[in-house]
Amino acid sequence: MLSKRVIACLDVRDGKLAKSIKFVDTKDIGDPVEKAREYYLDGLDELVFYDITASSDRRRIMLDVVEAVAEQVFIPLSVGGGVQSVADATDLRLAGAEKINVNSAAVQRPALIAECADAIGNQNVVLSMDVRSVTPSAECPSGYEIVINGGRKPMGIDAIAWALEGERLGAGELVVNSIDADGTREGYELNLTARISEAVRIPVIASGGAGRPEHLYDVLTKGKADAALVASMVHYGDYRISELKRYLHDRGLKMRMSW
Amino acid sequence: MAIIIDYDAGNLRSVQRACREVGLDAEISADPERLRYADRIIFPGVGAAGPAMRSITANGMDEALKEAIARGVPTLGICLGMQISLDHSEEGDTDTLGLIPGQVRRFRFDRPELKIPHMGWNEVRVVKPHPLLSGVCPGDEFYFVHGYYPCPDDPNDVYAVTDYEVEFACALGRGNYFGMQCHPEKSGRVGLGVFERFARWDGSC
Repeated sequence: MLSKRVIACLDVRDGKLAKSIKFVDTKDIGDPVEKAREYYLDGLDELVFYDITASSDRRRIMLDVVEAVAEQVFIPLSVGGGVQSVADATDLRLAGAEKINVNSAAVQRPALIAECADAIGNQNVVLSMDVRSVTPSAECPSGYEIVINGGRKPMGIDAIAWALEGERLGAGELVVNSIDADGTREGYELNLTARISEAVRIPVIASGGAGRPEHLYDVLTKGKADAALVASMVHYGDYRISELKRYLHDRGLKMRMSW
Repeated sequence: MAIIIDYDAGNLRSVQRACREVGLDAEISADPERLRYADRIIFPGVGAAGPAMRSITANGMDEALKEAIARGVPTLGICLGMQISLDHSEEGDTDTLGLIPGQVRRFRFDRPELKIPHMGWNEVRVVKPHPLLSGVCPGDEFYFVHGYYPCPDDPNDVYAVTDYEVEFACALGRGNYFGMQCHPEKSGRVGLGVFERFARWDGSC
C-alpha cells in the first residue's frame, strides 16, 4: 500500500526562499538549498520548488538553484513557476527536476499539458491549480474558480472542470491550491480538495492553509488527498517534517517512517 | 568505469548524481562500444518499452548489453531498464531482452481509488537475501512510478516484493544481473545504499 506523502513547498523569489500570505505580502526567509537539505534529512517525501515571480515577470527559473538542490536531495523534486513550453520543462528536467509543474501558461494554452506529457511522460507532469471560492454561477457551477498569475487574475473557469480537463490532457498529478486558505494556517480547504479528489483518478496534492498537524490529517482523510503540501509551518521552525510524519503515523495513516 | 546506458535522450543525471554521492564514477553513454570496457553497467528507466527496445536494437546496444552480462559484468536495471530484462511486455506488445524468463503486465484495477501509475513510496519486502539488498530493513520504503509490473516465471529470480493491490516482484535478478522496479536514486538514504553496495558488488549472489 502506498504511503501518504508530506511535501514541502519552497517558494523562491530571486534565489531566496520566500513565503506569501494570501499570495501578496512576500518576505525572504532563507536559503532554499539549505532548507531542502534539512527537510530531506528529516524524512521529507518530496520537494516542490516554485519560482513565485516567474509567471508574471516572465523570468526564467533559476536553473542553477534547481541543480544545487538536485545535487544533494535524493527524493523526487518537482519544479514550477513560469513553465511556458516543452523547452522550459526539458531545461528544468536536465537541471535535476523529476516532475514539472505547469500552472498559468496551461490555463491560457491547455495544449501545453499534452505537449509536456508527450515529451517527458504523464507521470512527470503536474498540473498546479490556484483556486478561489466564488458564488456558484453558470461559468463556475462548483463555486470554485481558477485564478492565474500568482492569484491575481480570475479566469471564469470552473475548478472541477479544469481538473478533469487537465487529467484528460495528460497531467499525472494535480496540486490543488486554495488561494483563500493560502498562508492563513487555519487548515486546508477540505471541501474543494475532496471534490477534486473524487472527480479525478490521478493523485491529488492538497496545498494552502496548513498550520497544525491535524490539518494534514484532515486533508489526507476527509479531504481524500494523496499528499499534503506544507510551507510556513515548517519554514518558520514551528514544526519539523519528522514530527508531522510521526503524528500522522500515530493517528493510523500509512507513512514512510524510516529514512 | 561504470556506464549508465542512455537509450532515449532521457534524464539520466539523477542516476549519475546518486552514483557520485556514493563515490562511483559513472559515465552516461549511448555508444555500445563503451560497454566492452565497462566494469559495471546501469540500465536506467525512461520512457516506454516499445521505443526503448527500438532504440537499443537500432544501434546494437541490446547485443552489447547481453554480451557484457554474459561476461559477468555486474549490471543494475532500474524501472523500465529492469522490465526490459524479461521476455515480453504488454506495453506496446513488445518483445524484450529475455535475460530473465517472464512477462511485464499492466496494472488493472476495478476500484477507482487505486490510481495508475503506482506512484509514491511503498515498502520493499526482501524475500531472499541478495548482496545489493543487504541493508534494506523491514518497513524500508522506496519511491515507485510505474503502470506496468514484472512477473518473472521462476520464483527463484525474485528477491523482494511490494504490495499494490497485487503483490509483485520489485527486485529480481540472476547471477550478475539485478533489477529493481523502484527508483533507488530517488529513495533517500535507503536507495543510496543500493548504489553503495552496487559499487562494491562482484556480481555473485
